[in-house]
Amino acid sequence: MYYRRIFDLPTWGFKRTFGELDRLRNRMDELYGALSGGAFPKLSAGVFPLTNITEDGENFYVRAELPGIKSNELDIQVTSKGISISGERKIPEEGKNVKYHRREREAGKFSRLINLSGDVDVNKVDAKLKNGILTVKIRKAEATKPRQITVK
Amino acid sequence: MTDSEFKEIQVTPKREVTTASEQMRPGLVFTPSVDIFETDHEITLLADLPGVTTKSLTIDLRENTLTLTGEVEPFEEASEEDIMIEYEIGKYYRQFTLSSVIDQSKIDAKLADGVLRLSLPKIEAATPRKIEVKAL
Repeated sequence: MYYRRIFDLPTWGFKRTFGELDRLRNRMDELYGALSGGAFPKLSAGVFPLTNITEDGENFYVRAELPGIKSNELDIQVTSKGISISGERKIPEEGKNVKYHRREREAGKFSRLINLSGDVDVNKVDAKLKNGILTVKIRKAEATKPRQITVK
Repeated sequence: MTDSEFKEIQVTPKREVTTASEQMRPGLVFTPSVDIFETDHEITLLADLPGVTTKSLTIDLRENTLTLTGEVEPFEEASEEDIMIEYEIGKYYRQFTLSSVIDQSKIDAKLADGVLRLSLPKIEAATPRKIEVKAL
């Protein structure tokens, strides 16, 4: 979110899907990141887990891919301004006599704080973890909801 | 893995499949992260496939080539508008060439919490026989 505010170019719409421009920028970031050691700001906050946030009139939806994490290993806290997702991903040892060919899956702790763009109702939060995808549905506070205004 | 208590997970962006071969349908295709390890009896493959269900996962073993394909249904409602998008959704595809001969009848696959665990037992080699030499 902070990113969009810094680079608030008029040609960049605020709300849109992952456009070609973003994808190109991601590629460029990877390249620059590799050259400069990450001195350039990236599109994502670079904190695990990568998160998608969407909204409709009633709710915010926070989604993250967390394969292999059980619901009791996750700690989700919602305040009126934002959400915190933390936990630990454990990958158990597979015994002593194993020979690894590939080891790409990562284990470790994670913690992420995200500010939502409006106030929310902390009593109306619904979190689901299914097939490794976390979905948190957070009801917007009355003041945040869009209001239809009739012109008389 | 003993230091996992202190270790923090680093972000690894989803890697898109770079070879354009065989992709006939539109949509993004990603390479899943895998662990592969081997014991004397079997090869085990663990793959992170978030969003893939048992129905949408295809595991194919032909000759020595193992192919994983996982379809992911878009889970966002059409009425939702994006605020912040850090990852994209697409299917998963990865191919492996296996070194040992696999006993195809004993392959076992489990999918739980978006992680596939595939056990590929090796064909049991003839047990070594000791030949005793008798003195006449």
